[in-house]
Amino acid sequence: MPTRDINEDIKWAQINKDVLRSMEKPRMGYWVAVVVSITLLMFAVGAEIYQYNVGMGPANLNWPHMWDLYIATFIFWIGMSHSGTLLSAILHIIQADWRKPIYRFAEAMTTFTLMTAGLFPIIHIGRLWNMYWVLPYFSDRGIWPNFRSPLVWDAFAISTYLTSSALFLFIGMIPDLSICRDNARGWRKKLYTVLSLGWRGDDRQWRNFRKTYMLMACFLIPLAVSVHSIVSSDFAMSIMPGWHVTTFPPYFVAGALYSGCAAIITLFILLRYFFRFEQYMTMPILDKTIKLTFAIAMVWTYLNIIEFSSIWYGHDMVAKELLLSKFNGPYAPYFWAMIFLGSVLPFALAFEKVRHHIPTMFVISLLLNVGMWLERWMIVTPTLSLSYHPFAFDVMWPSWVQWFIVLGSFGWFGLLFLVFVKIVPSVSMYEVKEMIFHRRHLANKDIAEVMHRRESDRSPDSAGRGLEGA
Amino acid sequence: MSLNHILNDWSKYRRGREEGGFHDYEHMWGMVIDLDKCTGCNACAVACYAENNLAVVGKERIGKGQGMHWLRLERYWDEPDLGEERVSDYQHHGASYVPMMCQQCNAATCEPVCPVAATYHTPDGLNAQVYNRCIGSRYCSNNCPYRLRYFNFYSYYEESWPSPLNLQLNPDLSVRDKGVMEKCTFCVQRIRTGKDAARREDRQVQDGDIQTACAQTCPTRAITFGDLLNLHDPASGNADSKAARLWRKHQVELGKTKQNKQTADLRGYRILEALNTDPCVMFLERVRDV
Repeated sequence: MPTRDINEDIKWAQINKDVLRSMEKPRMGYWVAVVVSITLLMFAVGAEIYQYNVGMGPANLNWPHMWDLYIATFIFWIGMSHSGTLLSAILHIIQADWRKPIYRFAEAMTTFTLMTAGLFPIIHIGRLWNMYWVLPYFSDRGIWPNFRSPLVWDAFAISTYLTSSALFLFIGMIPDLSICRDNARGWRKKLYTVLSLGWRGDDRQWRNFRKTYMLMACFLIPLAVSVHSIVSSDFAMSIMPGWHVTTFPPYFVAGALYSGCAAIITLFILLRYFFRFEQYMTMPILDKTIKLTFAIAMVWTYLNIIEFSSIWYGHDMVAKELLLSKFNGPYAPYFWAMIFLGSVLPFALAFEKVRHHIPTMFVISLLLNVGMWLERWMIVTPTLSLSYHPFAFDVMWPSWVQWFIVLGSFGWFGLLFLVFVKIVPSVSMYEVKEMIFHRRHLANKDIAEVMHRRESDRSPDSAGRGLEGA
Repeated sequence: MSLNHILNDWSKYRRGREEGGFHDYEHMWGMVIDLDKCTGCNACAVACYAENNLAVVGKERIGKGQGMHWLRLERYWDEPDLGEERVSDYQHHGASYVPMMCQQCNAATCEPVCPVAATYHTPDGLNAQVYNRCIGSRYCSNNCPYRLRYFNFYSYYEESWPSPLNLQLNPDLSVRDKGVMEKCTFCVQRIRTGKDAARREDRQVQDGDIQTACAQTCPTRAITFGDLLNLHDPASGNADSKAARLWRKHQVELGKTKQNKQTADLRGYRILEALNTDPCVMFLERVRDV
């Protein structure tokens, strides 16, 4: 088992060659994934056309189940987007350089999951042709959206996050796009010429680039946290038992990072296989990602316990009754499945054998995300089935229309992602080179001394000699 | 609204928001429903269907919970009496009925959550629903603790009123299409007509000018509809409505989360008022001889 994050002896020309090759000849599995994605998407398109023409009835939505899988899946996708930002922005700022080979696809995942999530509010509203009324545009009638509504905050938060993360993704790609430009022919050459914005790689460009990138990273971190807090206020701002929970914003953010990290593991394994990236997406990096996932899983579990116990020891009898009905009511099997997949299964990650067995990890990462999807469903639906007014207690099972659209959203995301990794390098070439450069020099003691010493630092080999110079 | 205005009158402004956004109500339409008089005959629900162009969705969709009954008659059985003899499967008083229509809450929870402000509070104290503005996000229904809002899951026009039944539709209000939320309006078209008639005759609206369809139809007169505003302002010169007198008699007041009554035998209560929704419908408890 290699212990180094990346092979430091790899030649820079080799990096270019390996990554550029990924955009031309992937393994067969890639095309299988494309076909599966398109098929899933077609199911959803069919279901949506039917729903558009007939109304929300065939989805089995009813009174009082006005929201169901659409909103649950919306939160799921929004949540998944957060780990891209965690990996690309937070780990960038704390200078964890092991993120470098894998942040590009994680950031792309952020953008595309947001594009998937953004579809769900549109799919779910009754008159989707009037969706734009949620936006504050100037109209002759002087009508504005209701700024008190969390749904309007959602619209702002998501469009801001989508714009910023797409920009961040694009800015981070510019040096790589210029490498592509220099090596491509035909339409690709034209595309990369436009996209690389005249990048020549001189000092001034690099300096501006670093500044912009750091600025965007600093901007994105609070934005990412606020986005899911705002999504959680869809529920926390209501008065319904099980939704009106003060801990929802951190709970949602933790759940978001959790499902995002699990998705990064899934995509890591897929890309590593499709594009033969064994040299770059190495096992130690996967190992670090898995440990991060485990830590976030424990945060999520802790926040779950807080939520349950604060309801249990509180005075809100209706919320308590709802909590009990989650434990042993009609939705209990899904609730316990969520607890098992979200809080118990991660303990399997404690075993190195599991962490280093790729097929097992692939299955586990998918199961973790199933658990997180169930979590969102268990937030939305039990409250609707059992709230204040006893006459409105009801249990509803979503129809095939809802399931098709939910499954199709995975196809839509998969298709966007697969097309992206085919036309844009999914491993950041210039950052991998940086990483190798730094590691190579760190391995050499003399150079490390020169490069990494500040005035206040002790020299690396002075540990045994005490603080004589201090 | 200028900044100065907000700074000077902040407390007043806040208070107005809590009460639904208006300080100067023209009316405050409210109801009294005497459950002791209610026989559960469902005439009110039928009248509501006829008056408000409610779609008849059919047995199957009612079973799926997609009905459009703005006024629903809730039926509750108490604990069945399953003694030694199994005399009766049900309590010997029979079922209890609660007619539930939109409670026209003064601090309505449905209003702040609507993304497009399709539901808002009128100076009449009504919780209005603008069908044309509604985009069908259904958040209002999710945030209604009484679950009194109904959604057009299908387009019902052709199925519900096949020709010539469309000729029986009430021309005073629209027929809603799919994707729109709707709910009891306290027969706002009748309120509008009554107010217009009073204005033409250059007088105030009198108690009894305006009747909702359910109150008009109820064979036992269990439903009393009227203006509650005089409750706050007895010196307005206008005679109190019957509804306002009943509210005062039963010592139920608007704007409270808990009523303090002098005697325990006063029957008035409001449903879920502890949630601070401040509903405008008062129920009178059923009297039992147990």
